[in-house]
Amino acid sequence: MKKVYPNKEVCIGCHLCEVACLTAHSKSRDVVIAYKQEKDALGLSPCKTVVHAGPACVALSCRHCEEPACVAACISGALTKNRETGRTEYDEGKCVGCWSCLMACPFGSIRRHPIKEKIVKCDLCAGRDIPACVEACPNWALVYEERGEK
Amino acid sequence: MKYLIIGNGVASLGAIEGIRLTDQDGAITVVSDEPVPTYGRPLISYLLAGKIGKDRLALRDEAFYAANKVELKLNAKVAAIDVKARTATTGAGEILPYDRLLIATGGVPFRPPMAGLEGEGVYSFTTFAHAEALAEAAAEVKKAVVVGGGLIGLKAAESLFDRGVAVSIVELAPRVLSAAFDDKAGAIVSERLGKIGLKVFCNVSAKEIRRENGKIKGVLLSDGTFLEADIVVVAIGVVPACALAKDAGVTVDRGILVDEHLAASEAGVYAAGDVAQAPDMLTEGARVVPIWPNAYNQGYYAGKNMAGDAASYRGGLAMNAISFYGLATTSVGLVNPPADDPRFEVCDIVNAEAGTYRKLVFQDDRLVGCVLLGDIDGAGLYTGFIRFKFPLDAEAKQKLIDGAPSILMWPENFFDANWNPVGAKETV
Ligand SMILES: Cc1cc2nc3c(=O)[nH]c(=O)nc-3n(C[C@H](O)[C@H](O)[C@H](O)COP(=O)(O)OP(=O)(O)OC[C@H]3O[C@@H](n4cnc5c(N)ncnc54)[C@H](O)[C@@H]3O)c2cc1C
Repeated sequence: MKKVYPNKEVCIGCHLCEVACLTAHSKSRDVVIAYKQEKDALGLSPCKTVVHAGPACVALSCRHCEEPACVAACISGALTKNRETGRTEYDEGKCVGCWSCLMACPFGSIRRHPIKEKIVKCDLCAGRDIPACVEACPNWALVYEERGEK
Repeated sequence: MKYLIIGNGVASLGAIEGIRLTDQDGAITVVSDEPVPTYGRPLISYLLAGKIGKDRLALRDEAFYAANKVELKLNAKVAAIDVKARTATTGAGEILPYDRLLIATGGVPFRPPMAGLEGEGVYSFTTFAHAEALAEAAAEVKKAVVVGGGLIGLKAAESLFDRGVAVSIVELAPRVLSAAFDDKAGAIVSERLGKIGLKVFCNVSAKEIRRENGKIKGVLLSDGTFLEADIVVVAIGVVPACALAKDAGVTVDRGILVDEHLAASEAGVYAAGDVAQAPDMLTEGARVVPIWPNAYNQGYYAGKNMAGDAASYRGGLAMNAISFYGLATTSVGLVNPPADDPRFEVCDIVNAEAGTYRKLVFQDDRLVGCVLLGDIDGAGLYTGFIRFKFPLDAEAKQKLIDGAPSILMWPENFFDANWNPVGAKETV
C-alpha cells in the first residue's frame, strides 16, 4: 500500500503540511476560515505534527502500521485495520474517548480532540488521491509511495 | 484445517483476524456461552452509566462473521475437551472436532468467602448481562456498596453513581487501583471520586453482608463500620477460567501456560487472553495480565500460529487507560518496582495546581514504567521508549522526566527503519 514517508534530512520545519492537513479536514476547505473560525469553534486540529529538536525536525502522523497497537487496544471497535487497503481506519461515531489507543501507540501518533471526547488521527486524506500534507510539502520531505512488500 | 475457538471475547476476535491473514479457507467455529457476538467488554460501564446505547456495544459490524466465514454458536457452552481425540463437547452434547483449538475463555469474577454473600442483591460486573441486571436494579435502589477498588470496581461504582445511586467503595489495599497506581496517584483519584460524591474506604475489608428476611441491609467492614446498602457489587478481580483446560490435562499454573507461539502443553491446543499465562515484554517468565490489548494481541498471534505462520509473540505489556469524571489517567509497564532493588529509579512529579501527576520508572538505563494523570498526551511516546527499550543517557532521561519525550530522541537507524524505511518490509 501507499504510505506517507517523512524524510528528516530535508524537512525544514515550515509546518505547511500542518496547514494543509487542517484545511483538508475542515468543513469549509478554506484555509482562512479553517484557522480563524473552525480551529477555535470546532476544535479542528491537524493529524500531522512537526516535531523539532534543535536544528532537526520532521513531520509525523499515523504510520498505518502492519500490526497497529491502537487497533489491539481499542475497546469500542472504532479503530480497525482494513486488510484490503492497508489503512488503519477510525470511526468517530464508535469512539468513546477512553484514550487506550493514545496510550498504546508507541509512535505517539494519536492525539485527543481539543473539545470532543474523541481522537484525531491521520486518515491519509480519505477521498483524495494524494494526502494534502504531501501535496503541500515544498521539498519532498514527505512522499506518498509504495515501498516494500506490503 | 478445522479451527475451533472457545469463547468469543476480544482474544477470540483477534484469533479470527490472525487466522484469516494466512488461511482464507479453513473452517472456523466459535462457541460462546454469551447471547451476543463480541462486544467491547469494558463498554459495559459506559452502557450502565447511560453514556452509550446497546447499539454501540458490538466490536465489529454485523457482516464480520460472514465475511470471515466463521460459524458462530451463541448460547452454547463447551463442557469438555478431549485433547487426544481432538474434540470438544458442548453442554448440549454436540461433538465438535478440531485440528487447532484456541481456549479463549477469559476470566470469571472471584467471589470471596463472606457471610451473607449468597442470596439476592449481590452482583458481578463483567458481562453485558450483568450490566443489564444492574441497570434494572439501579432504577429501584438508593444505596450500593462496591467491594473492590480496582478498575472494574471503580467503573461499576462510577456507573451506578451516574444512575443516581449513592455508592461506597471498599478496598482492602491502602489505595484504589493498587495494581496500576501508587499511593500518590491512588490518593488523587480517591480525592476526585470523593469530590464527586462517591465514598471511598481503603485499608478495610468487607466482612459480612447483613440481611433482614433475605433482603440486604448493608455491609459490615473489618473495622466495625457498617455501610447501609440495598445492593452489593463484588469486583475484587477475575480468575482465569481454566477449569476446562485443567480437566483436559492441559498444563495450568495460574492460567493456561503458553509459549511465545501461544501454544499450550498439548498438541494443537492454544490459549489467549485473560485465561492465558503468557510471555511478558518486561519480565522473565509467563504472567497472567488480564487486559484488553494483551488479549487481542495474544489472540492474533495464536491465530497466526494456528494457521501455520510460526510468528513469535513479542510478549504482553501491562497498560491501562482509565478516566474518572474528566481526570484522564494512563499506566504502562512496571509502575511499582520493588522498593529495595537498586536497579530501579523512580521519578515522580505532582503538580497539585494543574491536577497532574507524572511518574517514570527506570531500570538501569531503560524506561520500564510510566503513570500519567491529567496530562496524558505524551503517553504513547513514553510507551514507545518502554516497548523499544532504548538505552538512555542522563540527558535523555532528564528530558523524559521533564515531560518532553520526543521521537527525535530515537536512535537514528531505528527512526529510519520505522518511519522512512527503504524497500524492506516494515518491522512493526
Ligand atoms: C467492566 C470492565 C472494564 C474493563 N476495562 C478495561 C480497560 O479499560 N482496559 C483493559 O485493558 N481491560 C479492561 N477490562 C478487561 C478486559 O475486558 C479483558 O482483559 C478482556 O475482555 C479479555 O478478553 P478475553 O477474550 O480473554 O476474555 P473475555 O472477554 O472474558 O471473553 C471470554 C468469553 O468466553 C466465554 N466462555 C467462557 N467459558 C466458556 C465455555 N466453556 N464455553 C463457551 N464460552 C465460554 C465467556 O462467557 C466470555 O464471553 C475490563 C473488564 C471489565 C469487566
